[in-house]
Amino acid sequence: MKERKSPQNEMRLTLPSHSVNEGIARAAAALFLSQLNPTLTELSDVKCAVSEAVTNCIVHAYRDGIGEIYITMRVYEGREFRVEIRDRGCGIADVGAARQPLYTTDKENERSGMGFTIMESFMDTLRVISSPGAGTKVVMTKRLSPLGRIGK
Amino acid sequence: MTYEKTGVSLTQRGASLICVLHGEIDHHAARTIRSEIDAEVRRVRPAQLKLDLSQVSFMDSSGLGLILGRYQSAAAVGASLSLLDPNPGVTRVLSVAGIERLIRIERRKP
Repeated sequence: MKERKSPQNEMRLTLPSHSVNEGIARAAAALFLSQLNPTLTELSDVKCAVSEAVTNCIVHAYRDGIGEIYITMRVYEGREFRVEIRDRGCGIADVGAARQPLYTTDKENERSGMGFTIMESFMDTLRVISSPGAGTKVVMTKRLSPLGRIGK
Repeated sequence: MTYEKTGVSLTQRGASLICVLHGEIDHHAARTIRSEIDAEVRRVRPAQLKLDLSQVSFMDSSGLGLILGRYQSAAAVGASLSLLDPNPGVTRVLSVAGIERLIRIERRKP
């Protein structure tokens, strides 16, 4: 998906891969999304998708240490939200396999293998660009429903 | 901005062990909650393990992993597992994984 338009707003966030930052990333996404007056479901879905991607950086990308997670969020005309979560971690050998439901490379720690499935279910689009040793970039978009005439 | 306290409270009621989970259940929270529940399951050996999700404001797939792991640790002591009162957001996550095909979900409120 090429970027044809300019964003109306943008937020960049860098967080080290400490697990406590999963909640920080969710709160940041909720804060940034609030400018679009999302429904509760839309808010919940975006928080969950961001949580999944950030958790992947913490659990998989930087499994043997601490690294930086680069989060960029944008809003575009037409109530479109775009989030990119990037790391410089170990990378994914087989992205197709990784995106299969229930597939995990970390069963010992009770990983359900549903992270990418949830990202795909809760967002409109999901792109995963990764290769071993080259880090991973996850890009997701969601177009929010039109604002109601009353309230919200 | 207020932070909810995330964790678990454990109560024994007859042959049931009820675990009331609080707050946001993500990978960070699941790690400590997992060991607290498992230690109590091994100690008490209940007939039923119930995870009360009514106080859970958020859950992602790490919560699914926590639930599936507790299904296994309950089975190891011959206990059944059920989930109580997940909110709509949590229910959506449970549905993506089809958890209801494996684990009973009880709703006490109308």
